[in-house]
Amino acid sequence: MAYALEIKDIHKTFNKGTINEKVALDGVNLQLNEGDFVTIIGGNGAGKSTTLNAIAGVWPVDYGSIIIGGTDVTALPEHKRAKFLGRVFQDPMTGTAATMSIDENMALAARRGKRRTLKWGVTKAEREYYKEKLRELDLGLEDRLTSKVGLLSGGQRQAVTLLMASLQKPELLLLDEHTAALDPKTAAKVLELSDKIIEENHLTAMMVTHNMKDAIAHGNRLIMMHEGRVIYDVSGEEKKHLRVSDLLAKFEEVSGGEFANDRMMLG
Amino acid sequence: MILLSLNPMSLLRAMPGACAQGLIWGVMALGVYITFRLLDFADLTVDGSLATGGATAVMLIRMGVNPWIALLAAFAVGMLAGMVTGLLHTALGIPGILSSILTQISLYSINLNIMGKSNQAINVDQYALVVSLRYISGDALTKFKFYGGVVLGCIILVYILYFYFGTEQGQAIRATGCNQSMAKAQGINTKFHTVLALMISNGLVGLCGGLYAQYQGAADVNMGRGAIVIGLAAVIIGEVLFGKLCAGRKMAFAFTMFAVIAGAVIYYVVIAFVLWLKMPSDDMKLFSAIVVTIFLAIPYLKDKYVKKGVA
Repeated sequence: MAYALEIKDIHKTFNKGTINEKVALDGVNLQLNEGDFVTIIGGNGAGKSTTLNAIAGVWPVDYGSIIIGGTDVTALPEHKRAKFLGRVFQDPMTGTAATMSIDENMALAARRGKRRTLKWGVTKAEREYYKEKLRELDLGLEDRLTSKVGLLSGGQRQAVTLLMASLQKPELLLLDEHTAALDPKTAAKVLELSDKIIEENHLTAMMVTHNMKDAIAHGNRLIMMHEGRVIYDVSGEEKKHLRVSDLLAKFEEVSGGEFANDRMMLG
Repeated sequence: MILLSLNPMSLLRAMPGACAQGLIWGVMALGVYITFRLLDFADLTVDGSLATGGATAVMLIRMGVNPWIALLAAFAVGMLAGMVTGLLHTALGIPGILSSILTQISLYSINLNIMGKSNQAINVDQYALVVSLRYISGDALTKFKFYGGVVLGCIILVYILYFYFGTEQGQAIRATGCNQSMAKAQGINTKFHTVLALMISNGLVGLCGGLYAQYQGAADVNMGRGAIVIGLAAVIIGEVLFGKLCAGRKMAFAFTMFAVIAGAVIYYVVIAFVLWLKMPSDDMKLFSAIVVTIFLAIPYLKDKYVKKGVA
């Protein structure tokens, strides 16, 4: 059976040939089985979000290929890959259209990957369905179906975005530090909701996070990235017994190694 | 002293014309609303596409084409102009405002070519024009038919647009204008919908050009100069004066569009008023620009002031 996601040796350099040249992805290889929930950690500029953006097709990669559920999407533009992907972003503003109502936003998501026709944008039956779905969130949003999403709090917007991502079952759910901009209490709630949605819909998911505890507590597999490469990949029982101190040690090992290299070069 | 020299009756006499002109330009303002507000795209194509619509309509009517069909053609050439701007932007990667300026400039030559010279007239006595200045001074029935027709036309137009922007396609345009990242993540082809919105917008502007040319009995290569400012003025006046009235209503979007048309009418009433105050008509464009500047600046300054107040 094909992998849910297969990344083969992708490379990406930003601002090539300029003084700001930055190698963001330096040969990333990854295979996800169906139902995998992978958490991704790593320092700033390690390539975590960049990997997710590469999968989503925000820009084309320089080299390598990306295969989602057996379909090679490497050459597809962002909007054509959308039918495979559910996405939640770091900034709660990014995932929803602020000037449109909650039901309109959900209807847009429910039609992900479909042709936009001259049929009515939100049908009555859909509205009832969305109401049910929103009730499950338990945020009181079911009574605010026609409110503009811009009026919602950051946490509410992330919750709605999560819901939107699952309306049309994606092959892969990409969570890009989606709780980083929220207060701790709301963040915990949104994380809990993410777990629930992933489990209920049997989704394959990738979650970038800065929080090592979260990375350990959630998902069945953990990846650490450094300088555009995957340097640590742990899953199953081994991951369950992982502690923050283990990750910190691993982290120091790689960044320390780099430090030593610098010393050598200077010396 | 100056006030005494003004004749209130002449102001009153100017009102019907101002209202009619406002309603016709309201069609154009709807087009500007679509690009400026829904798509968040400063589209200067309109200064050219308005005259293209006018020129096309006048030349067709002179060839004996039915004035209604001529309006359809005006709409179509407007759409074509919008498409050019859209493709310059999306297919060739030229910044939006610059794409629209390029189209606008080229339309000047195209408009001259359509007409063969800088202006062409049509006589209302010779052709059964859809709208005309002459109808305003006609008998009661003519007047009634004229105003009734124009108002009804505006209502129908607003409802068509209201329903269109409630369809999947219309919502995709709104999502594109509101949040490109979100739109792409939902599989919306933002480039296609940007071009589509520009076509609809400029179609309306072309239609307005066709109407206005019939109304004044001539098309002129310069008839669209500064049209964007008039359109913006209508949008902003409508929003500022009626914004609170529209918000939260069941069909808020339809009300907003009516507000934009009302904004265009108010704009022309104000213009008639300042002209009546003996402001030289040469200064009108400066006056319009200042009015639009003030209204555009208000939200920004208010924001700044309020934030300072809090700190």
